[in-house]
Amino acid sequence: MDITLKVNGTPRAVDVDPRMSLLDLLRERLGLIGAKKGCDHGQCGACTVIIDGRRANACLALAVAVDGSEVTTVEGLAEGDDLHPLQEAFIEHDAFQCGYCTPGQLCSAVGMLGEPGPSAVTGDLVVDPDLTPEEIRERMSGNLCRCGAYVNIVSAIGEAAP
Amino acid sequence: MNRIEGRVKVTGLATYAAEYPIESVAYAYPVQSLVAKGRVVRVHDAEAREMPGVLAVLSCADPPRLAEDADPELALFQSGDVAYRGQIVAAVVADTYENARAAAAAVRVEYDPDDHDVTLRTGHPGFYRPDVVNPNYPADTVKGDVEAGLAGAAVSVDVTYSTPVLHNNPMEPHAAMAVWDPEGRLLVYDSTQGASPDRDTIAQTLGLPREDVRVVSRHVGGGFGSKGSTRPHAVLAALAARAAGRPVKIALTRHQMFDVTGYRTPTIQRLRLGADAGGRLTAVEHLAYEQTSTLVEFAEQTATPARVMYATPALRTAHRLVRLDVATPSWMRAPGECPGMYALESAMDELACALGMDPVELRVVNDADAEPESGLPFSSRNLVLCLREGARRFGWRDRDPEPGVRREGEWLVGTGVAASTYPARRRPATAFAFVRDDDYVVQVAAADIGTGARTALTRIAAETLGVAPGRVHLELGDSDLPDAPVAGGSMGTSSWGSAVVRACEELKEDGKEGRADTTDEIKGDAKLARHAFGAQFAEVRVSSVTGEIRVPRLLGVFAAGRIVDGKLARSQFIGGMTMGLGMALMEETLTDEEFGGFLRRDLAQYHVPACADVPHVEAVWLDEQDGELNPMGSKGIGEIGIVGTAAAIGNAVHHATGHRVRELPITPGSILSRF
Amino acid sequence: MKPFEYARAGSPSDAVRRYRPGTMYLGGGTNLVDLMRLGVAEPDRLVDVSRLPLDAIEQAGDRLRVGAAVRNTDLAADPLVRARYPMLARAVLAGASGQVRNMATVAGNLLQRTRCAYFQDVGRPCNKRRPGSGCPAIEGDHTNLAVLGASDSCVATHPSDMAVALAALDAEVHVTGPEGDRIIPMPGLHRLPGDEPERDTVLEPGDLITAVELPAPPPGASTYRKVRERASFAFALVSIAATLDVGSDGVVNDCRIALGSVAHVPWRAERAERLLIGGPATGAAFLRAAEAELEQARPLPRNAYKLPLARNLIVATLEELAP
Repeated sequence: MDITLKVNGTPRAVDVDPRMSLLDLLRERLGLIGAKKGCDHGQCGACTVIIDGRRANACLALAVAVDGSEVTTVEGLAEGDDLHPLQEAFIEHDAFQCGYCTPGQLCSAVGMLGEPGPSAVTGDLVVDPDLTPEEIRERMSGNLCRCGAYVNIVSAIGEAAP
Repeated sequence: MNRIEGRVKVTGLATYAAEYPIESVAYAYPVQSLVAKGRVVRVHDAEAREMPGVLAVLSCADPPRLAEDADPELALFQSGDVAYRGQIVAAVVADTYENARAAAAAVRVEYDPDDHDVTLRTGHPGFYRPDVVNPNYPADTVKGDVEAGLAGAAVSVDVTYSTPVLHNNPMEPHAAMAVWDPEGRLLVYDSTQGASPDRDTIAQTLGLPREDVRVVSRHVGGGFGSKGSTRPHAVLAALAARAAGRPVKIALTRHQMFDVTGYRTPTIQRLRLGADAGGRLTAVEHLAYEQTSTLVEFAEQTATPARVMYATPALRTAHRLVRLDVATPSWMRAPGECPGMYALESAMDELACALGMDPVELRVVNDADAEPESGLPFSSRNLVLCLREGARRFGWRDRDPEPGVRREGEWLVGTGVAASTYPARRRPATAFAFVRDDDYVVQVAAADIGTGARTALTRIAAETLGVAPGRVHLELGDSDLPDAPVAGGSMGTSSWGSAVVRACEELKEDGKEGRADTTDEIKGDAKLARHAFGAQFAEVRVSSVTGEIRVPRLLGVFAAGRIVDGKLARSQFIGGMTMGLGMALMEETLTDEEFGGFLRRDLAQYHVPACADVPHVEAVWLDEQDGELNPMGSKGIGEIGIVGTAAAIGNAVHHATGHRVRELPITPGSILSRF
Repeated sequence: MKPFEYARAGSPSDAVRRYRPGTMYLGGGTNLVDLMRLGVAEPDRLVDVSRLPLDAIEQAGDRLRVGAAVRNTDLAADPLVRARYPMLARAVLAGASGQVRNMATVAGNLLQRTRCAYFQDVGRPCNKRRPGSGCPAIEGDHTNLAVLGASDSCVATHPSDMAVALAALDAEVHVTGPEGDRIIPMPGLHRLPGDEPERDTVLEPGDLITAVELPAPPPGASTYRKVRERASFAFALVSIAATLDVGSDGVVNDCRIALGSVAHVPWRAERAERLLIGGPATGAAFLRAAEAELEQARPLPRNAYKLPLARNLIVATLEELAP
């Protein structure tokens, strides 16, 4: 099926197998290997990209179902040679080891910073909470890191958050 | 220093095995056995062969040629025998991933099944003593009279612990891409912890001269041992590419990883400890019961840390294995030490409680001057300093030893301690260093699986050359580079670093280039006991309502020689401790007694710690000088972080609740059943 | 994954018109795509309903109407939901991850399927997936499976958090289908397995959920609590949605209790509620009610821990809600 996406600002028209996930489209057809396949079932977060402004698991999205969407991957976070503040902070805080979960962590963090509502650890639901380390940890729990860089990830995000 | 490859990793440009852009690549997808034991009678693949895009079907119906002495776990399709559920029995190659996977689902395999036995259990009639345990230790050791030591003890404990099947679960699933050239040479992009040994194994398995095989592995998305030896996916990629006549990639699914990329054996461990009234050990006995497969013997060295840890006049250690109809267990972070120290350090805590003695002090009074089993002097041993420093930082002095008495609302609070240890070894390696455009190029076929090897070796080279790290260009992850051993056993930096130092020393002298092979140097190493040590402290909160356990605080203090790079080292330590938290509280793969194989083969069921589980993990280290290790004075640090964590947490759960759970993981269910 | 046709519906009635046997409706895809990749779901045709104009949250008098395609994130972030139905917001936020909640829809959340390991593995028997093939979970791994309302053919649990809160809130599920529109009151959408475990709900072929309507919030205090060994991003071992209204005389005026992850349905603890209403709001009464509810439980060897867990949870939650 023919679909059109805007990926990191560039329109891309592709003919896809309806079975193909957005993740496989990015990785196998569009040459964008940043989004990673860690589980292919929405259980690890390594494939996290931003679809129409929201972080999402690219492995759970059929490519045909996101026809017409705007997708941002980790490759689209930097402005030319200038890294996104989160990317800088991840390097500075050693917020990764093997690096395989890192693109998903970064896209997830970017998306998370645009989600002001409460989380599962928020006390008062009515007021948007401050982004405490506890809030960051809960909101970032959809991105597993087997190297165990969590404490560094949280400090990196805490520093880079506006 | 910051990781050299940091920028490519945060921008998504780092290429992992399945990600190299290769023209007209095809996709392989395996078909796995649905029986735990038996024979393949027939492979019905006619339907699959007719499906869109299918290029080839591989199975024992038409066995591809492999070396006769191939490792049975790698000897794909050579016979119809099935040794475990999940074993690869066929594979489909197709033009797209979707087509390959759909066609693989259409392959029907007919079996002649046998009865299977997949369950490790106390009293199994099949237990036997292996000749040696990994990597080459005696299976059993005896020193002194354990029975007399126990009989004469003022206090003794006799306790049995069990640990479940654990899976490494690196974030990057095992993947390989195979490209044959017209002359019959093979290039494999593989997710491996060692390009040189992987090249050797692939060549041997395929019956090729090793010159005709090249393995490239520039970035590896974690391994934790599971990529430490060649896995069947790499052989399958090569066979599939040959069958399809074009490059083939295979990336295992998370489910398949549980079946064919190794796991930590479950263990049943019996500990008997005796001590005099002052807490000095009179006897230590550590018996470990574990499983292996019917294909290959894998003997985890679980009881070996008892040979290292504490002074005692009587010491007995033993390992027993049983061959089950399961996949072969394999390396997982700190094999031996990790499960063994869980049991030993839990038992030490039970002994401290029985003695009414502080668990830090119990360990201090039993510190060893020489390695207890061998009698060898230690190159350095600073366990006591780690315990003292940890106790000071953690606020241990104010601890009330009474279990089950601290309560904050519904939460019971407790703290625990455990010791850590891991051998400090090195292996022969080679390296080449040369001048290029006023800069320095250093080559070694090392692997950076997230340890920071690229950065650490750059720093080691720069320090040796006396230049800024920015002038050193470190090349690794390619078997065409000078041969190097695997990233495993916490030996990577020690082994590769030794060769890098020697090559750079020679370059400095020569002015142009330097070449090193550390084989002879290592042969000359003095006979000493070389181990890193550490102490871990945990605070836990246990809900008296739900049995939920949270860990607000973990502290590790390590003595691991000279730390090459503080930033990288801290990440290694806290990463290991985080994995240890998972082992303590959530990680468990179930073995399916009825059908064989494993259950919970995904990350929604096999829980590894998430961000919310890890609020505060701190790792510090002592400045340890040890001139008997290697030119850097360093001990390996990749594994010691996980050693002792589970015991420290389990001991803290006991302190919080008054209940001792001797089966990992400690879950809400296991806590509630004791309230 | 088996090849399938894909089409996008233009309206709810268009979706229903496109329905034929073998068709499945695709919402956020977070469970359906997962199951298709496992071979558990094998639709011939997907009708994508994720972009239907069913994504509004609207106040209607003292009721709230939530469109079926509202994403879980938007439901939990909605000011009215946060203020008036905090139990629902908390239940939604307790589920899955931020990414999954951004994709998952309200209807999809209700219709997600059990995470029983056997159901998800096409290489093993499962009565729910392949009727008549057997239920190995009863003798095998049932650690997180049902203790209430299970049958000899199935011990699966419903995995949703949101549905537990909706069950406690007496929510109404609006459905359109080949036979027209109808309203199904929660917890009646889901059914016990009996000897037809392949049917999770009372929906008929072609039925499409269009909205969930919430009656005025029950009086008193309410909360949702989820128990899990991993602190986040894990299915519940047991969860509870509860409301409690106690008069100035200390007598319980109203009480709702629903339990999650204990049964094939979000389990409304009606026995406990009946015992409590009109009686004293004391710890002893809460314990009696919890025990009465759990008397009907039939635990298996590896999930018996759920009984003390559910009992403790009921008592502790009601004590927290009591004035």
